Amino acid sequence: MLAYLIRRIGQALLVMGVMATIVFFGLYTVGNPVDLLINPEDDLAAQEAAMARLGLDKPIHVQFGYFLAGLVQGDLGTSFVHNRPAIDLILSRLPATLELAFLAMALAVLIGVPLGMYAGLRPNAPASKAIMAASVVGFSTPNFWQGLMLIMLFAVFWGVLPAGGRGDTVDVLGIPLSFLTLDGLSHLILPALNLAIYKMSLVIRLARAGTAEVALQDYVKYARARGLSPVRVVGVHVLKNILIPVVTVLGLETGNVIAFAVVTETVFAWPGIGKLLIDSIGLLDRPVVVAYLMLTVFLFVMINLVVDIAYSVLDPRVRIRGGGK
Amino acid sequence: MKNLSTAAVALALGSVVALPAAAQTLTAGFASEPSSVDPLYHNLGPNNATRKHMFEALVGEDENLGIVPMLAESWTTSDDGLTWTFKLREGVKFHDGGDFTSRDFLYTACRIPNVPNSPSSMAGFIKSAQTITAPDAMTIEVTTAAPYPLLLTDFASFGVVSASANGHDGPVEYLAEGCPGIDGYLDSNAYNDGTAAIGTGPYKFVEYVPGERIAMERFDGYWGDAPHWQSIVIRPITNDGARVAALLAGDVDVIEKPPVQDLERLRADENINVVQGASSRVIYLHFDHAGDPTPGVEGTDGKNPMQDVRVRRAISLAIDRGLIVDRIMGGLAVPARQLVPDFMRGTDPEIALETPDLDEAKRLLAEAGYPDGFKLVLGTPNDRYINDAKIAQAVAQMLTRAGIETEVDAMTASVFFSRRNNYEFSLYLAGWGASGAGMASPLRALVASQNKDKGLGGTNRGRYSNPDLDAVIEEALATVEPEAHDALLRKASRIVVDDVGILPLHFEVTPWALRAGLTMDARADQHTVLTSVRPGE
Repeated sequence: MLAYLIRRIGQALLVMGVMATIVFFGLYTVGNPVDLLINPEDDLAAQEAAMARLGLDKPIHVQFGYFLAGLVQGDLGTSFVHNRPAIDLILSRLPATLELAFLAMALAVLIGVPLGMYAGLRPNAPASKAIMAASVVGFSTPNFWQGLMLIMLFAVFWGVLPAGGRGDTVDVLGIPLSFLTLDGLSHLILPALNLAIYKMSLVIRLARAGTAEVALQDYVKYARARGLSPVRVVGVHVLKNILIPVVTVLGLETGNVIAFAVVTETVFAWPGIGKLLIDSIGLLDRPVVVAYLMLTVFLFVMINLVVDIAYSVLDPRVRIRGGGK
Repeated sequence: MKNLSTAAVALALGSVVALPAAAQTLTAGFASEPSSVDPLYHNLGPNNATRKHMFEALVGEDENLGIVPMLAESWTTSDDGLTWTFKLREGVKFHDGGDFTSRDFLYTACRIPNVPNSPSSMAGFIKSAQTITAPDAMTIEVTTAAPYPLLLTDFASFGVVSASANGHDGPVEYLAEGCPGIDGYLDSNAYNDGTAAIGTGPYKFVEYVPGERIAMERFDGYWGDAPHWQSIVIRPITNDGARVAALLAGDVDVIEKPPVQDLERLRADENINVVQGASSRVIYLHFDHAGDPTPGVEGTDGKNPMQDVRVRRAISLAIDRGLIVDRIMGGLAVPARQLVPDFMRGTDPEIALETPDLDEAKRLLAEAGYPDGFKLVLGTPNDRYINDAKIAQAVAQMLTRAGIETEVDAMTASVFFSRRNNYEFSLYLAGWGASGAGMASPLRALVASQNKDKGLGGTNRGRYSNPDLDAVIEEALATVEPEAHDALLRKASRIVVDDVGILPLHFEVTPWALRAGLTMDARADQHTVLTSVRPGE
């Protein structure tokens, strides 16, 4: 188990290194951030001074050298735009995104799994057909359109929820959280729902397919024949056996929700890391983009690790071993 | 995405806009976020607009960028034009209760070149000053090495910070090479957390949450007229559709840059009031005057056709600016031939707008040796100016009709400006928001020959170089007497127009959308300044 963990973390570091290198050189070829940061009224001398101040006047390999030297000391660089260490900037925005992501995933699972199982157990019921039709709409319409529709309905037409922003927050251990205040929660619901709809649709379909298959298996029939209550049959024996594909997909989707909630965060003006990323790319703020993507890679590798461990808990046949396959 | 957001907004029409709960708070949706609250950190539009609420400059600029007294009540210039004396306003208080005196202005000048990690410094605004001294607490004296007429505009461009709030209590002496007795300067983070964000403006700092909001409260000790709102909140909402939705939902009371395609519907909505006003931003085409051969041009045997004034004139004649203003800008623009609109200094009223003439354009092309035209690539950003890529498409069609087969190469601003600055276009579209200096602002930046030592031609990426023009611009920049200065600007403008050194298309008109019952002043610099928002139609 330990060897396995070490190998996985080694892989993560390697991928992070490759990623950082590609992004570093890639952004360099896109353009010069000073062209965007500088005021056009500034003359040529001021433009050169700004380049020198940000270290952009040096050849790219020298800049990369500085970057590596910083990396060894745990310094990912300072944002060109915000004058703060890139990693601080990302971490300061992370709670907002995590809060959103976890609520969205919770909604997706808590609503998606029961609905999907119901549709799987009673495939011909009108309610099941309605659930399946809704799930098709859920994952075939674009995310930003869903977001704007939610805003139109809940904020503009009915005026029950705010159209965007984060609302009041409470500091818990120095971390600002919004789900603990009524105002914060009201701001959180729409973006979380927007993020959740696609995942929920996916979970519904996976749960339905799994349930339809598992419900016909002999052990389920046997459990019924033995007189186990329907709640126990469905809630334990069916549920446990449909979860493997659901967990796999949720694992990947959690990474996506955290790292690339860009669209939702933009539409709802949610001050999370997705919005930070898109703004930083727009301004070619290289230290932030590089640090962000390194963090993302790390996150994905870690989530996959958790997923693998979850398999072994859910299915005793799956074993995690340190050696080769 | 734009079309869908339009559809969404269309759906929202007819809905009732809720009134905000606290009528004494004004919430505004900004299209872009300032990178800091520090007024001296980053010389960029959103920062400078936000600054105007909390920090004031020595002299102010009114809606049309005319100079008005602000922290300085009056000023005089010596006969040789080298010494400026400013009398400071009495009784001006900082937000922490301290008095504003000449010491604070000196400290501000000291800090400007020394803001740590500033991405775009304000240093250009004080570099013309050779000495800045304070004969007494209420007087500032500035000397320049040569007569410099734009000093007031420069001094209107940066906010004055408090020396004491920056941790400096003693007297201040300003020296261009570094101020003695000041060891270090606070960085922008000290302003972002509020400790040093102490100005003299009508609003004082309450809170800055990056990506989310900047909150301010009315400053009761303000020397001028008290603003209408007890507190104001600026929220960055970068997505166009979301910004309009936030206004319709009543989350915000005013938004800047409502998307052009939604304006008709917003105007028709009785719950929304749209305010608009002419801006100083010109949208122009710049020619590659130096490339030989020039990139993207085919069918000229390797020659650069842009070096021929007949070709440039033909291009100007082929473009129907009125049509672009009507059809593409929906009336939100004013056709241009000079580089600043006529309410600003230095425009020549006798220069008429261009009358499009396709036959004459073709004749000039033939005369220049291109009877069959040539192929051309027009570079443009697609997310920087109002309808930028659409304007470029229209221009391309008009040029193609005249025989110059034009293809549009549109790209995001970050890519465009880097490529433009590498001289990768033989014709490009860009914009220039002139400062209060009027015609002098685009003249010295866009068409004066590139000259690092003289600080000229900083954005002249067409590398236009005309010695006659340079001489007039340099003379104008050394003439302090306003009448004579403006006369020289008019002369320079005439030279540029006659030589078609650059090709202005139109001036943007800036719209704002507010909830019904509110109005505001439209500023020519396109800054959203919430102190002017008030009840009224």
